[in-house]
Amino acid sequence: MTEAPRDPGGDPQPAIELRHVSKTFGEGDGAVHAVDDVSLTVRRGEIFGVIGYSGAGKSTLVRLINALETVTSGEVVVDGQVITGLPERRVREVRSRIGMVFQQFNLLSSRTVAGNVAYPLKVAGWSREKRAARVAELLAFVGLADKAKAYPRQLSGGQKQRVGIARALAAQPTILLADEATSALDPETTREVLALLRRVNAELGITIVVITHEMEVVRSTCHRVAVMEHGKVVETGDVYDVFSAPSADAAQRFVGTALHDRPSRETLARLRERHPGRLVTVGVREGASTGTDLFRLLREHDVDGSVVYGGISEVGERPFGSLTVELDAPEDRVAPFLAALAAHADVVDLGTAAHPLDDPRVARLAADLGGRS
Amino acid sequence: MNGDWELLWPKLVESFGQTLQMVSVALLTGGLAGLALGIALYVTRRGNLLENRWVFGVLNVLVNIVRPIPFIIFVTLLGPVTLQVVGTTLGTEAFIFPLSVMTAFGTSRIVEQNLVGIDPGVVEAARAMGASSWRIITTVLVPEALAPLILGYTFLFIAVLDMSAIAGIIGGGGLGNFAIVYGYQRYNWGVVVVTVLVIIAIVQVAQLLGNWLARKALHR
Ligand SMILES: Nc1ncnc2c1ncn2[C@@H]1O[C@H](COP(=O)(O)OP(=O)(O)O)[C@@H](O)[C@H]1O
Ligand SMILES: [Mg+2]
Repeated sequence: MTEAPRDPGGDPQPAIELRHVSKTFGEGDGAVHAVDDVSLTVRRGEIFGVIGYSGAGKSTLVRLINALETVTSGEVVVDGQVITGLPERRVREVRSRIGMVFQQFNLLSSRTVAGNVAYPLKVAGWSREKRAARVAELLAFVGLADKAKAYPRQLSGGQKQRVGIARALAAQPTILLADEATSALDPETTREVLALLRRVNAELGITIVVITHEMEVVRSTCHRVAVMEHGKVVETGDVYDVFSAPSADAAQRFVGTALHDRPSRETLARLRERHPGRLVTVGVREGASTGTDLFRLLREHDVDGSVVYGGISEVGERPFGSLTVELDAPEDRVAPFLAALAAHADVVDLGTAAHPLDDPRVARLAADLGGRS
Repeated sequence: MNGDWELLWPKLVESFGQTLQMVSVALLTGGLAGLALGIALYVTRRGNLLENRWVFGVLNVLVNIVRPIPFIIFVTLLGPVTLQVVGTTLGTEAFIFPLSVMTAFGTSRIVEQNLVGIDPGVVEAARAMGASSWRIITTVLVPEALAPLILGYTFLFIAVLDMSAIAGIIGGGGLGNFAIVYGYQRYNWGVVVVTVLVIIAIVQVAQLLGNWLARKALHR
């Protein structure tokens, strides 16, 4: 996977721009502010995630981008063209330049796989020969060349979604919208479909907007992310930045669900039985603090340390995670060690079995989960 | 009895032809009009493709008023209109007009109900591809609901056959009239039985054909 443009720099025209966009359903007391004054920019060539709980307004937001819904106020700009207020004919033209993938695939059950992929080409007025060639090319791209004559009901969920993606790509869109494209799939198939989306982005250069309620999808696939809550975007940024320093509550909760490197309260209690000594959790980041720092400082301060818990995964293609270490040394060596380490890394002191301390991030997550269930 | 049948067979064949004529014309014209009316009911419904409260309201009320009218009364009620359209209120031709109109109204609900069963997601997908409403109706709605529509039309065929049996009240022909005139009114129970057997045979053939076509439409 190639790097997406992290700095728009010389590209003055974003793929998608929402300017103070709101969408309200209903009126008066029953009004639902599904999207509430959202402004955001999706850069050309990036995979942009929109994450939020069910009902946050994600689907409405994405449907505003291809004008399946009309804004109540604000402006939607696609490829530099203001699409808000365009007449129906022109709107259809805009839509044909934006592909869309759905959670429930939404394939036409009366048409074969090839027929489904050809449908948007018929809409766009392609000739029969050009259609056939394009369909073959796309089915090869998504690895379903042998299923051209099958009907959707004969396919597995993952295969259906690959047909959905081929169909969305057929008319050569510059933008692909994926609304919970993997939410109906098992974890293994989810990984396959996400890998395909990354290929679409890297090999075809298509800008992708990924709507999801799973931080894992954002972690493995997106370059930048917007966190939505109650119709508002509460946080936007590089995926890595949001993971390493989530500021909004919702962002912190999502990050907590995707990373399992920090011991939960229950895990910590079990750890303390086996490791009654001083426990600390050390964040591992690219550049700023790597495992090397930790082990160098342990040596320099003559502190024995053994890793008892932790995990490092990739976030936005960069290493991210934490290690929980049991320290074995007298307090007069541990204190200066921790002070030196804190200068390099994010350190959380968990205390000892006799004098336990909490990781505030884990505590907050536990409180949220308790409160929500 | 045998002598009777020498005279009756040609009558039966003629009646059979009249029934087929009435049913097929009513199914073609009324069935098509009903298809359009059913689609109109579906697409103008709240939240659908061409949502329109007024059009839906008017069509919906109209269908609700016409459908419950007993057909035998409807034929008489529509007399003045039949006179304008067909030029007479008597005979098989005159009977086909009210039969077609009632068929259209009956069809509309069946079509509407079958379309309601379509996953709105596929309509959404077609809209997202930039398809026009007309294209969606012809290339998504009708093909996606084709199998149940075929079964719906099979059901209608039988309902129309049933309605056609009272053509005699305005001097029309057909199997129903044959059974009443030559069977019931002449105490000839055999004629009634034979007619019923012919009708059963027609219904069986229609049902088998409908099932077969519906299965083909489902690609199974
Ligand atoms: N067509 C609609 N009519 C009325 N309310 C709607 C409609 N679509 C969405 N909503 C409401 O808007 C809110 C956001 O919905 P949605 O965008 O589907 O959220 P998400 O995709 O994040 O789950 C919800 O409260 C939902 O009930
Ligand atoms: Mg949604």
